[in-house]
Order: sequence, then C-alpha cells, then structure tokens
Amino acid sequence: MAQYAHPEVVVDTEWLAGKLKDPSVRIVEVDVDTSAYDLGHIPGAIAWAWTTQLSDTVRRDILSKGDLEALLSKSGIKPDTTIILYGDSNNWFAAWAFWQLKVYGHKDVRLLNGGRKKWLAESREVSDQAPSYEHTQYKAQEPDLSLRAFLPQVQDAVKKHAASLVDVRGPQEFTGEILAPPGLPETCQRGGHIPGARNVPWSKACNDDGTFKSFDELKALYSAEGVSASKPTIAYCRIGERSSHTWFVLKYLLGLPNVTNYDGSWTEWGNLVGAPVERGAAKSAGV
Amino acid sequence: MEATMKTEQFQERQIEIDGWPVRLTSYKVGDKYVCQADNVSPGACLARFSEPTAEQAESQAISKARHLLSKTKRRDIS
Repeated sequence: MAQYAHPEVVVDTEWLAGKLKDPSVRIVEVDVDTSAYDLGHIPGAIAWAWTTQLSDTVRRDILSKGDLEALLSKSGIKPDTTIILYGDSNNWFAAWAFWQLKVYGHKDVRLLNGGRKKWLAESREVSDQAPSYEHTQYKAQEPDLSLRAFLPQVQDAVKKHAASLVDVRGPQEFTGEILAPPGLPETCQRGGHIPGARNVPWSKACNDDGTFKSFDELKALYSAEGVSASKPTIAYCRIGERSSHTWFVLKYLLGLPNVTNYDGSWTEWGNLVGAPVERGAAKSAGV
Repeated sequence: MEATMKTEQFQERQIEIDGWPVRLTSYKVGDKYVCQADNVSPGACLARFSEPTAEQAESQAISKARHLLSKTKRRDIS
C-alpha cells in the first residue's frame, strides 16, 4: 500500500498519548460544536473556537495576520512549535485551522488521525481543566495566497474549464434539493452547484473510525471524478471549512501540487446575482 | 497535577428523524452521560446534552435535533 505524500502531517492517537507533556508540542482542539471541549479534552489541549477565533468577526474573511499572531501568542506557540490539531466531525474544523496556519506559514502542523472521536472511543484520558501557557510573541509569515481561491479565480476557471472543481457538500446540497445541511440555517438564495463541479462529499475521505482512508483508496476516490495532478483543483463547500478538509487530503495525503480552498464557497456563489448555477446531479467526470 | 478521567461506554448509532439520517454518539465521562446528535451528511452537531442518565441525554438530543430538522425544506429540482 502506498504511503501518503506527506505522512508527517498525520499523527495517531498512540503517538500523541506519548507527547502530552512535551513542551515542544501544543495540542489544540477545534470543534464544530464549540463547547464540546468543556466536557473533556485531551489533557494539556487548548481550544480554539472557529466562530470567534478562526474567523474575522466583522467582515467575512479568515484571520488577519495580526489576529493570527495574537491567537498563537496567547496560545504559547512559537514558530518552531509542533501544533497538533484535532476536533469533532473527523477533524472538519481542525482542518480549517490547519489551512489557515499554512496560509500564514506555520511550519509544523499536524492532524490527529481520527480526531476527537477516536480519542474518546479508545477510552483515553481526558481532562475538563483548561491549561494556560506562557504567552509568546509569535510572528507569522505573509499569507500564501496560492492556497486560497477567490471568486474571480473561480469564475475564470469555470469560464475556461481550467480547473477541477470539487464540491464537497452532501449530495442533496449539491443537487439543490436543500440550501444548507439538514437542521442548519439557510444562508444562500439559490441551491445547486458551480457549473462543471464534481460532487465528492468530504466525509468520503474518512473511515468509520474517523481516520483517513489509505492513499490508494483516496486516489481511487478522486481519480474517478477526474481530479488529478494534471490540472489545478479548487475545493469548495458552503462556507469553506469542509473544503479545507478536502484541501488537506488532496494536498498533503495525495500530494497534488496545485490545490486551493475556495472559502467563499456556495454562500458566496449561490448569492451572486447572475452567476451560472447547475442543479441536479453532476454531468460527466473531468469537466 | 491535572486531574483526568476516561470516557466509557462510547457508542454510535444511526436513526432517522423526519426522513433525515441522524447519528447519535453517546458516552459517559465522569458522572455525566453525553449524547450528541449530528446530521450525518455533513456531520454537523445539531444537539448535545450532558445529563445524569444516558436516557435523559439521548431523549433531549433527539428532541432538539427533531426541532431543528423540521425547519429544513426540500425543494423540487426536477
């Protein structure tokens, strides 16, 4: 079985259990359910709330360089710290944090394979106490925008068929049957998908225990939808977090050289006046 | 010294509420029973309760999930 392209970015629960007191490692929990941390978390882990600490709370955007520096400084993180991210929903928002840390150039960031679910399922130790760490003066790098797709790039790619668009939402969101995931508020005016996009729900990259599927399984999954190294790939979802999970899989596990996360995603495209929209199932692979 | 606990009785099962698949994740931590309901696709948490019994936690999680799911409209895409 082939190895991941960058196996160093994934750690297993056993490895992490041996690193809980390592001062060069900072463990960070990032959940969809932002209060899950309070019920019990990996000992020594801190929590970042995606709604308030991993997004600009005024305008719609990711963190600014200054805000990221403040967050990492407050978290006691230095540029050479190994950051281990984990969270619920198979690391969905942990991947969102991973993507932003890479945008701002943090060198050593890794995901806990299986996330919070696997740690709990293995009956490993948890704590309900929030630790505090000595603050640092973290300096981030300038944002690497080659990891991020903005609307004009996506529009251009659609027009010229210049990229593989991967819509990682659920099938019913992709077809337009629903405007938002079941039970969540509707935040766009139209349902459907960006013309030419293929639907590969993000969760297909994971096993039942929350771990990532093997390299061979992932390659087969995405190759079948025309995603390959021969063309740039743009991943999108509803607000850009599920697609950061797929971005991680494509870039770090499969090693595709040119993958971007379109974090504007469907809540941007589906609200645009005059934007082309396809509804129903995808047409054909490789478009 | 940081006090730690271990989770016990971790289990997952899938049910259907008003036609929507819902995953229930339950476990015990300390003296509390936790039940979380998520919407399977995409896996977002709809409800989570921590109660003195497993039955109470599950009942409340299902009730809140049902309330939220009742607001999701299906559209005709034919």
